[in-house]
Amino acid sequence: METTPLLRMEHIGKEYFGNRVLADVSFTLEKGQILGLVGENGAGKSTLMNILFGMPVIGQTGGFEGKVLLDGKEVVFADPLDALDAGIGYVHQEFSLIPGFSATENILLNRESTKYNFLVEVFGDRLETLDRPHMRERAEKAITTLGVDLDPEMIVTEMPVGHRQFTEIAREIDRENMKLLVLDEPTAVLAESEAQVLLQGMKKLAAQGISMIFISHRLQEIMDVCDKILVLRDGRVIQEAKTHETSVRQIAGWMVGRKMEEAAEARPADRIFGEPLLKVEHLWVDMPGETVRDVSFDVRQGEIFGIGGLAGQGKLGIGNGIMGLFPAGGKVFLGEAPIYLNDPRFSLSAGMAFVSEDRRGVGLLLEEPIEWNIVFTAMQTQDAYIRSLLGGLVKWRDDKAIAAASKEYIDALEIKCTSGRQRAVELSGGNQQKVCLAKAFAVKPKLLFVAEPTRGIDVGAKRLVLDTLRRTNREFGTTIVMTSSELEELRSICDRIAIVDEGRISGILPPTAPVEEFGLLMLGTTGNGNGENEADRMVYHNE
Amino acid sequence: MKAYTTKEKIQHLLISNAVPIIFILMSAIAIPLSGFSPTYLVQEMLIRLARNSFLVLSLIIPILAGMGLNFGMVLGAMAGQVGLILVSDWAVVGIRGLLLAAMIATPIAIALGYVCGAVLNRAKGREMVTSYILGFFVNGLYQLAVLYAFGKVIPISNSELVLSRGFGIRNAINLAGMRHALDYLVPLKIGNLNVPVGTYLTIGLFCLFIVWFRRTKLGQDMRAIGQDMHVAGAAGIPVEKTRIIAIIISTVLACYGQIIFLQNIGTLNTYNSHDQAGMFAIAALLIGGATVSKATIPNVFLGVILFHMMFVVSPMAGKQLMGQAQIGEYFRVFISYGIIAISLALHAWKRQKDRERARRSLRGEA
Amino acid sequence: MNEKLKGFIEEAGWPRVIIGLFLLSLFVAAPFVQVRVDASISDTLVRFGMNGILVLAMVPMIQSGCGLNFGLPLGIIAGLLGAVTSIQLAFTGMLGFLTALAIAIPLAALFGTAYGLLLNRVKGDEMMIATYVGFSSVAFMCMMWLLLPYTSPTMIWGYGGSGLRTTISVEGYWLHILSDFLSVQVGEYFYIPTGMFIFFGFMCFLMWAFLHTKTGTAMTAVGSNPEFARASGIDVNRMRVVSVVLSTVLASIGIIVYQQSFGFVQLYMGPFYMAFPAVAAILLGGASVHKASMVNVVIGTFLFQGILTMTPSVINSLLQTDMSEVIRIVVSNGMILYALTRKVQVKR
Repeated sequence: METTPLLRMEHIGKEYFGNRVLADVSFTLEKGQILGLVGENGAGKSTLMNILFGMPVIGQTGGFEGKVLLDGKEVVFADPLDALDAGIGYVHQEFSLIPGFSATENILLNRESTKYNFLVEVFGDRLETLDRPHMRERAEKAITTLGVDLDPEMIVTEMPVGHRQFTEIAREIDRENMKLLVLDEPTAVLAESEAQVLLQGMKKLAAQGISMIFISHRLQEIMDVCDKILVLRDGRVIQEAKTHETSVRQIAGWMVGRKMEEAAEARPADRIFGEPLLKVEHLWVDMPGETVRDVSFDVRQGEIFGIGGLAGQGKLGIGNGIMGLFPAGGKVFLGEAPIYLNDPRFSLSAGMAFVSEDRRGVGLLLEEPIEWNIVFTAMQTQDAYIRSLLGGLVKWRDDKAIAAASKEYIDALEIKCTSGRQRAVELSGGNQQKVCLAKAFAVKPKLLFVAEPTRGIDVGAKRLVLDTLRRTNREFGTTIVMTSSELEELRSICDRIAIVDEGRISGILPPTAPVEEFGLLMLGTTGNGNGENEADRMVYHNE
Repeated sequence: MKAYTTKEKIQHLLISNAVPIIFILMSAIAIPLSGFSPTYLVQEMLIRLARNSFLVLSLIIPILAGMGLNFGMVLGAMAGQVGLILVSDWAVVGIRGLLLAAMIATPIAIALGYVCGAVLNRAKGREMVTSYILGFFVNGLYQLAVLYAFGKVIPISNSELVLSRGFGIRNAINLAGMRHALDYLVPLKIGNLNVPVGTYLTIGLFCLFIVWFRRTKLGQDMRAIGQDMHVAGAAGIPVEKTRIIAIIISTVLACYGQIIFLQNIGTLNTYNSHDQAGMFAIAALLIGGATVSKATIPNVFLGVILFHMMFVVSPMAGKQLMGQAQIGEYFRVFISYGIIAISLALHAWKRQKDRERARRSLRGEA
Repeated sequence: MNEKLKGFIEEAGWPRVIIGLFLLSLFVAAPFVQVRVDASISDTLVRFGMNGILVLAMVPMIQSGCGLNFGLPLGIIAGLLGAVTSIQLAFTGMLGFLTALAIAIPLAALFGTAYGLLLNRVKGDEMMIATYVGFSSVAFMCMMWLLLPYTSPTMIWGYGGSGLRTTISVEGYWLHILSDFLSVQVGEYFYIPTGMFIFFGFMCFLMWAFLHTKTGTAMTAVGSNPEFARASGIDVNRMRVVSVVLSTVLASIGIIVYQQSFGFVQLYMGPFYMAFPAVAAILLGGASVHKASMVNVVIGTFLFQGILTMTPSVINSLLQTDMSEVIRIVVSNGMILYALTRKVQVKR
């Protein structure tokens, strides 16, 4: 093409604390083009966008490599407001709307039309009065441009979810110099019909010369609206392709495809499992952002069962729900015994333990010593490390037994700390994760739920954590249900892997299944999928 | 959204105005018991509206900015009193005295408001308890200044103001020279009733100011911050600065409010007058139907009338009912504190409920 | 050395360092202005014993994450009811004191339960609501003191009126019943209320022991991270109620101990501002809004009461002015303000 592209990102690279998350990413975007950006969680999509917007986190962690060129000129944004000034808008996954304001007020937030009055001379511009009729005009214009049906006077709290999303997008459109719009999973919360309206709106905007970067895991939508796609994996560009020259299946393969020899090697031949230990029937869990709608599966005694899927699809909700941490319903059996949901104590007493994905929020007592962290759950649910005094009237904490037990775990898991009295907050992420594991092991569970065990820890610690899990499984026969966003990790350790999509299990595969199959299951072909995939899914379900 | 039936509408109206309705009922019982004549009560209410409304109005703007009830308004009251003390010393009388007092007090109020705002920015999420303690703390500094610095560091020539030991201000200061200077600036007498027209005009002007202020860009920014600080910040609104401005405005207005209050009363209790200004203003506002997150001008006037109606009649009602006026006096103290406790608890409870509901709305259909 | 000093100041926080130095300088200055040091120390010790348990009452709620208990007057009211009822029954000596406790404690437990249930509904806003719960309960009791049918002539208004007096002497009932137990009198001015110390020590021991039990550990975990506690099968709300009940009960015991030393039961607006010195003291002792220990209680009470005792005598002799009240206001509220505005450690 002859003209300069609107946006050119050249050889972008980024490291977080020695951890490479982006390497040599280059692409261009023409005026009026829509680029589909796809990749698994952690593939580097958000880091790339953070760099484009000059998010402070990038600068604080040592900047980035490469160049960003807008209209052929290099730009460096100090913060997102700069990017906005330069004509780049961002529609977030989470809503950032003022709840009690009308659509108009939200669309024009901090860009209101105002009228002059004499007090401005004394107290400054902020005492200009709002020009409501003009504001409404502008809002209506933005809404019309988007081509949606939205009442400009409606209050956000009264809006259906779809309209909130439209409001958010209209806000970006109203900016006069808007050239480039980044839409991060805008359809995730929308109903089918609303998503279609939005996609139409996007095409209309593109026709008016606004370029867009569209991030979505619904590949069919990408196929519908994008001119070209960029596939990221492990921080690298795997493929750049014209949409009409590719297919959903091909993209899915690019996204998740990896060489799997190494993982396959470590697998022993045939493993034999006992009776089903955990039976889950029609489970639903109300976990914000990870809603589980209807999930059924069995886990056999001695098995390592993996649960995978993209973020926000509900894979994390399963463990949290069974352990009683979020409102849940359906039927769950451990062995023959039914589990009462919504009661963490019951789930723990029944012989299950949980390593939470939210290490700092749920997993640890950051301000307390490591010892406490390790033994607390066992102490409270099983009266372990307790000495009965006065004929059982007083349940005294046995600090000696606690110290001895924690020392064992600290040694066994190689937790690097000065002593068991050190506060958990002072440990590194990997060691904190080991403390969380130790806490679960101390309960001596029959069934162990582990969620995202390697998130945010370095490679060495990752290996150790996975090895520990495997060893616990082999040596003590502990059945493990492991939830992870990293497919490779699941395939390296699990005996079977269930993939969760939109709150339902879209299929259960053996770890040796071709990677494309996993990709397709993850990428929600629901609704806009083709018949072939539906057929695939049926097969796996009835495995 | 579905349309509400008339019954639902009435129910909603009753629930959302439960506090004022209860107080109206209580007054309806207590007024006949007290045996006060209607004329007396009307006159009393007219006076008290003039006396207190401005102070109560000064609370509205921080509520708009989501900072809750500004217990720190006593800071403004103290500033106003410093102004009045100095003006009494200089023997400037009448409306000129009041204006001068306001002029002296304004920079002090601005400075205190700035400090208060900055402190509250460090205590986001617990503004109320912090501003409350800040009120006590600054009260200590105020006493330090008035009790020790006045007459020593700051020269006070009028010996009537100074304690017998030679420095420090006396417990009570007679503001005879300024008494009713604003109230009766525009003289009007209806029958036996002296109507404080001047003060009403001032209050009216102030209400117009609030209405206008809500429509300015700054007012809009405050509303946005009040509802969601993070979203407002992300949209480029300077959150911390705006919050400080809100508190400064409130403090300065509370300072004027205290001056108006005292010119009506006519005596300044150096060490007590400001103490209860905050509590009474807040109780009145809440009784008028306002909440920690929403307050309107009608809330102010309704609240002042209801609160002070109860204030006036309860000792007499208590005497008639229990044979002891003391009971009624304690009763009104109990009501002032109790109503604040209940309003705060209801608000916190509602917020907890709302959070749960918001979470559920994100759930989608399970 | 300089580094060490800096580290120490950072650890303790500058307000504590300043107040500590201030107290020290008061003791140093005392002999120069003809204030007897032994009498001052003795005074400080007595006040320390009087107020210790009230300060201790702050610990459970801080540990369970309910924040500073500004609702202390609620427990104090239970204590007042116990004291007044015991006098009404005309029990004297140790029997009277124990009767007062026996009546106060169940009442406090009852009030505490209701108060705890309320605080569970207003998580995040506990402190402000606690303040006003305390205030309104005091105001409510003002009416009750007038109405309750107490008849003991030592307590009701003399001249034919009904209702209780504002201050009731416990002389002849259980004045100094704890203080004088094994007490030590050295010379004219120095007196150690040993019995009161033993009782205070015993209460601290009970609190310490409680924190070492299974339930106490669970309570601390709730304060440290409620989500963690919940995931470990703890009923968070129940633990919070337990802590509020404990705090309220301790307050009721604390006020009775205070009265036996002070000599008077103060009714009506007496308990109104009693929460603030206790809150200030524990913060001064090094506690934060989230963590407190017995050491904080002991050090804080001593420092705070030390200042309250020393400022009137020393500053007054020094400046010929009574500044103690102002200093008390500035110190106690400054301390609370400092604790409230200290940046909460960000959960990363």
